[in-house]
Amino acid sequence: MYHYDEYDRALVAERVAQFRDQISRRLSGELSEEEFLPLRLQNGLYLQRHAYMLRVAIPYGTLSADQLRALAGVARDFDRGYGHFTTRQNIQFNWIELEQVGDILARLAAVDMHAIQTSGNCVRNISTDAFAGVAADEVLDPRPLAEILRQWSTINPEFLYLPRKFKIALCSASEDRAAVMMHDIGLYLYRDAAGEMLFDVMVGGGLGRTPILSQPIRRALPWQHLLSYVEAVLRVYNRHGRRDNKYKARIKILIKALGIDAFAREVEAEWQHIKDGPAELTRAEYERVAASFQPPSYPPQPAVDLEFGSALARDAGFARWVQRNTHAHKQPGYVSVTLSTKPGADMPPGDVTAEQMEQVALMAERFGFGEIRVAHEQNLVLPDVAKADLYALWQQACEFGLATPNIGLLTDVIACPGGDYCSLANAKSIPVAQAIQQRFADPELLQDLGEISLNISGCMNACGHHHIGNIGILGVDKNGSEWYQLTIGGAQGKQSALGKVIGPAFSAEDVPEVIAQLAEVYREQRQGTERFVDTVARIGLAPFKARVYPAQEVRA
Amino acid sequence: MNNLIRLTEHGPERVNEDLWTLALTGEEPADGPRILSLDAWLQRQPEAVLSGQEPSADAVCLQPDDEAERLRTRIGWTGELRAVGDVLRDQLSHMRQCGFDAFAVREDKSAEDALKGLNGMSVLYGRSAIEPRPLFRRRTSEC
Repeated sequence: MYHYDEYDRALVAERVAQFRDQISRRLSGELSEEEFLPLRLQNGLYLQRHAYMLRVAIPYGTLSADQLRALAGVARDFDRGYGHFTTRQNIQFNWIELEQVGDILARLAAVDMHAIQTSGNCVRNISTDAFAGVAADEVLDPRPLAEILRQWSTINPEFLYLPRKFKIALCSASEDRAAVMMHDIGLYLYRDAAGEMLFDVMVGGGLGRTPILSQPIRRALPWQHLLSYVEAVLRVYNRHGRRDNKYKARIKILIKALGIDAFAREVEAEWQHIKDGPAELTRAEYERVAASFQPPSYPPQPAVDLEFGSALARDAGFARWVQRNTHAHKQPGYVSVTLSTKPGADMPPGDVTAEQMEQVALMAERFGFGEIRVAHEQNLVLPDVAKADLYALWQQACEFGLATPNIGLLTDVIACPGGDYCSLANAKSIPVAQAIQQRFADPELLQDLGEISLNISGCMNACGHHHIGNIGILGVDKNGSEWYQLTIGGAQGKQSALGKVIGPAFSAEDVPEVIAQLAEVYREQRQGTERFVDTVARIGLAPFKARVYPAQEVRA
Repeated sequence: MNNLIRLTEHGPERVNEDLWTLALTGEEPADGPRILSLDAWLQRQPEAVLSGQEPSADAVCLQPDDEAERLRTRIGWTGELRAVGDVLRDQLSHMRQCGFDAFAVREDKSAEDALKGLNGMSVLYGRSAIEPRPLFRRRTSEC
C-alpha cells in the first residue's frame, strides 16, 4: 500500500492543527455555526440526530493492520465501541463529541490517516475495486492512479467550493466492482496492444433524487492526461454547475441540461488549454507512486493441497463459506477472503466492533501481508490468503462473528444508517434490514436464491443505493409515518440498471413477507441457473406485482 | 472604510486608505470609484473603455468567484483581484492560491485576525494560480 513521505505527513499534521484551532474558535463562539459548517464538513464532521458523526477517509478502501487498530481505538475510546463502514469504502463513527475531534484526528494522523474531504462540496474519497491489485480478472492495478488522484484532489484550492459533492471511482477489472457508473466521474482503465495504459472516461452518474447512470465522454485517453482531463471536467462543472438549488447542483444535472455532446465540447475546449502543460502526469511520478504497490513475495503453494481438499469434503459449513466468501486471486494457491459484516439481526450492516477490528488486524497479519480492504458492499476483505490457511482463518472468523457465508446473497444487505442516526432520513433502514435478514436466516433457502443484491435507503438521498439493488427499498414519509417503496431490476457494474418501482409502498412489518413473495415468484419462474435480476429482465414486473398486490388488477 | 488586506511585494498589508465603494444594490454613491455588477459596469462604460482604448474608472464584480483562476492564468489579468462578500479568515489562503491579491474581509470580522488565515498549509499537492506546477514537478526539480 501507499507509504506516506514527509510531504504527506506534513499536510495531515498541519490540517489537524488547523482544524483544532477552528474547533476551538467554534467552541468559544468566535465562529458561528454557519461559518463553521463548511469547515467541519471538509473535515468529515456531520451533525446528526443525536451527536456529531465523523467520517474517516480510507483511500480506495485500503488499510494496514495498524490503521485498523487505530480505528478500533477510536471506536473504543471516543465512540460506543463500534464503527460503520460505508459504501464508499470509508468508516464513520456516530457518537462523537466536538471537543474530542482534534485528539481523534491527531491519533489518526499518527498512522497516516485523516478525515479530509470525506464530506462537503468537494472531491471525495477516490474509490475502486476492493480486490484491486490481486483480482484474477484484473487488467492492471488501479491503485497508483487512485493515489495520484487522491493527492491531486486533496486541498486543491480551485475545487474546494464546488456546486456540490463530487465522487470519482476507478475500475480496471473485467467485472466492475466499484459501481463506476454511479459516480460523477468514472474511469475504466485498460492497456492498449503496446501495453500502454488508457482509460475510458464516464461522467454524470449519481443516485440521490435524480438517479442517472454515467455516460462515456472520452474513450482511450492515454494515462498521462488523467489529471488534466479530470481538471477540465471539474472546471466546466465549477463554472456552469447550478449553485441556486442543492438538488439541482450535481454534475449529472448540468450534463442532462446541456446534453452530453455540448458538455463534452466545453470540456474539450478547456482541456485544449491545459493539456500538454504542467498538469500532465509524468512517468517518474507514476513510478514513484507505483513503487508502493509492488506485489508482496508470495510463498509458493502446492498445486494440490490435500488438507484443504479434505477440510472442504469434511465440513459443509466451511465448504459453503469458501464457495461464497472467497474471490479468485492472480497468484496460484491464493484467494481473497471477504469477511461478512452482515451476520443478521445481531448487528446492523457495515457495523464492526472495536474487538472485531482488532481481530481482523491480527488475521491480516497472520494470514496475509497485514493489509485489509473495505468493499463497496460494506464488508472487509483480506486480499492475500493462502488456500492452506483458509480453514484456520475460517475458524477464527467464526469465533468473532465475521464468517457469515452470505457474500452476494440476499442477506448481504447494503443499508444507510437511516432514521436511527441520520437527521435527513424519512424512515429507519437498520430494523428493516434486520427483519429481512431474520426472514431469510435459513442458509439452504438463501443459497437456493443465489445472487440477489438488496439495498435500503432511508430517504431519497439514496446513500443505500437502492436504485441499483436487484431489490431496492426506499424509506418514504407518508403523513408522518414510515413506509417503504420497493424497486426491482436494478444492477451495478458494467450492466448497471436502475430498478423500477413495483407499486404502492408497504409498512415496515410487511416488507420481509413482500420480499419473500418476490423470491417465491423468482423460484417459480427462473430458467436453469438464471439469477434473480435476469429473471426480472426476462419476465418483467407483472408477475411480481400480481403476487405482491393480488387484490388489484395489474397492468403490465 | 473597507476592511481590506492587500498582498504587496513586502507581504500582506492592512490598507487604511481605500476609496473603492461596493455598489451592487443600485444605490449610487455620491463620488469615488465604484465596484459594479457586470451589467451595471457595461452600461456605464464609454466606448473607449469597451473597445479597449482606455482603462475603466470602475471595477467590476464577477460571480462566481472561481473565475479568479481563469482571469489570472488564461486571460492574464495582472491588476488587483479583490475578494468581496463573505470573505473570512479560513478561506483566505485558498483565495490567495486561486489568484486573489486583495481581500475585503467581512465587516463584522477583524482584518488583523483574518491575516492569520492567509498562509494556509505548507504543502500543496496540486497546482494553483500562483504555483502552476503540481508537487510532483516541484519534487522532481528539487532532486
